[in-house]
Amino acid sequence: MRLRIAKKDTAGGYKAVLIRVGAVLVALVLSGLLMTAMGYNPISAFAAIIKGSFGSKRGLINTITVAIPLLVVALGLSISFSMRFWNIGGEGQLIMGAIFATFVAHNLPVNTPTPVYLITMAIASMIGGALFALIPGLFRAYSGTNETLFTLMLNYVAIKITVFLRLVLWKDPEAKGFPSIEAIPKIAHLPKVFGIHSGWIIALIATVLVYVFLKYTKRGYETRVVGESERTAHYAGINVRRVLISGVILSGGLVGLAGFVKLSGAAFTLSESIGGGNGFSAVIIAWLAQLNAPVMVIVALLFAAMEQGAMGMELALKIPASVADIIKGLILFTALASEFFIAYRVVIEPGPRQLQKQAQKEDQV
Amino acid sequence: MDVALLIALFLASAVRMAVPLLLGTLGESLTERAGNLNLGVEGLMMMGAATGFIAAYHTDNIALAVLAGMLGSGFGSLLYAILTITFRTKQDVTGLALTIFGSGFANTLGKTLANTNTPEGIRTFAQATPLKLPESTASIPGIGPVLAFIDTAFLQHNWFVYLTFIAAFAGWFYLFRTRQGLHLRMIGENPAAADASGIRVIGAKYAHVVVGGILCGLGGVYISVINVGTYLENIVAGRGWIVVALVIFIRWDPLKAIAGSLLFGALEIVGFRIQHIEALSGLPIFSQYAIDMYPYLMTIIVLILTYARKKAYLGPAGLGVPYFREDR
Repeated sequence: MRLRIAKKDTAGGYKAVLIRVGAVLVALVLSGLLMTAMGYNPISAFAAIIKGSFGSKRGLINTITVAIPLLVVALGLSISFSMRFWNIGGEGQLIMGAIFATFVAHNLPVNTPTPVYLITMAIASMIGGALFALIPGLFRAYSGTNETLFTLMLNYVAIKITVFLRLVLWKDPEAKGFPSIEAIPKIAHLPKVFGIHSGWIIALIATVLVYVFLKYTKRGYETRVVGESERTAHYAGINVRRVLISGVILSGGLVGLAGFVKLSGAAFTLSESIGGGNGFSAVIIAWLAQLNAPVMVIVALLFAAMEQGAMGMELALKIPASVADIIKGLILFTALASEFFIAYRVVIEPGPRQLQKQAQKEDQV
Repeated sequence: MDVALLIALFLASAVRMAVPLLLGTLGESLTERAGNLNLGVEGLMMMGAATGFIAAYHTDNIALAVLAGMLGSGFGSLLYAILTITFRTKQDVTGLALTIFGSGFANTLGKTLANTNTPEGIRTFAQATPLKLPESTASIPGIGPVLAFIDTAFLQHNWFVYLTFIAAFAGWFYLFRTRQGLHLRMIGENPAAADASGIRVIGAKYAHVVVGGILCGLGGVYISVINVGTYLENIVAGRGWIVVALVIFIRWDPLKAIAGSLLFGALEIVGFRIQHIEALSGLPIFSQYAIDMYPYLMTIIVLILTYARKKAYLGPAGLGVPYFREDR
């Protein structure tokens, strides 16, 4: 017997959805097994995660608050990914956005009206994120520099810049003990709508805009063509460099905006942990959602629920919150593998020995 | 203290800091030479650091600690190999997933041991200096001070450090002086051609990805069990990402990896030490916090320069492309 792998004629449809859902279930079973092996009860762990994230009004509000920046970063990154610009510098671009927004928050006159205050901060954060994405973007467009590693390294540069600001340049002289940057003034806080900071409105508007941009605009179409094949785009008369650079600016700007949303909506103080790994989680969210903006809303909520629920689980059951990372990793693994089963099928066919036997039988007849 | 002693002590620390970077770079070079870009180095180092430390804590046996670290990281890299080689998943996303999974795995396993120290036997091994020159050599007229300098800088380390450098030489010999090494490079450049010439591509890819991952994991074992001696959360602290960049810097060559990891190890030390040099710390760009940023900035500069040179070797041509025999 031999196994052969063949391409499927049609990929997609309800079968693809079924395979993807199956993949998540397999991941949950695997994480349950791993938790059991580590000496934890998986069923009570999963129950605690669900209870901590969706079980109470407080939990639900926290889950949505965590999901907002995740969604905005994922939306921003999806623009990069759709033109195959592997921007994994979301963390750095978010932090840069937060740094620019903090600068504005501390330097505007106090009598500025709140809307102007917030809008200026938002614009500054977008400029910060865009600039930080533009550097690797320009190098990629003009000399083909590998953007994966470039953007990755910039994450650490942004983190170190923030540490430097916190300890040296922007050190709050009144902070006692742990050195920190002064919190942004009350006027710079995002107002709450339905009990959640209004970042959720920004995130939903961004979802619609990104969806429309990629699906229905000329530039969005060009972006996707560049992603399919730069050569095709070139032959079709698309200015690849211009598409790349404008795409990177949009992408970084949106990610930077997430920095403002996080700063003004939840953190209120700039620190190197403001990114909180959102830049990396968002890569996965964008990828799992197949770069589809509305789907990203759901995936971001589920990711946030996992993070939020894991904290509740640690408090209630003393199971480390890092279990959530194991589950996330495994879901990704199986989701990645599921693409294989969507695109290919495994064919079982007789091996050389069986063929020989068959031939002998036919000879006898 | 005299300047020579200061420099010697500085070099000695640089050598110690270089070890995890060198192991990681060696492992990732092998992996990438097989055509697989594994961005999960950070996760693999975390897995090695955690499983190695747990074994060290419970058995007080360095061999078992190393073995456990190899098993932990071997498990991680096997997962990566199955996904990218058999299931042909996107290598960079899979690597990122491996980092998330590995960090979660390590932080969950190591939770109960956070802030505990390694036991006596391991500590003795880590502090042993088997190649140290006898005291009397320092008083030999003429070459005495030179020997003392070499002794302080390079000969007061434990076996783990020396074996790492030997492994790097062995890695270079394997890649560039053996038939298997030649085959491996061929797989990385053009797997279809390698397959056509009768090389077992899939088997070789599996072997090198798993062994490469184990080497990364050993880097993690070194950090937690030997260099720090205390288990801390997120103990690898981003070194795995420096490794990914270093591999480009050293052009996938284990010999250059020695120089590269010493350089980056030295940079890490400069950050710690600069605060004592008052004359320099007056300028903000020489602040220790600014200097922490330099390894990453340097990597970026190297990246830019590499791609700006038109004829530079940009790594195995088949890097990142899953091999599909039926597509030939």
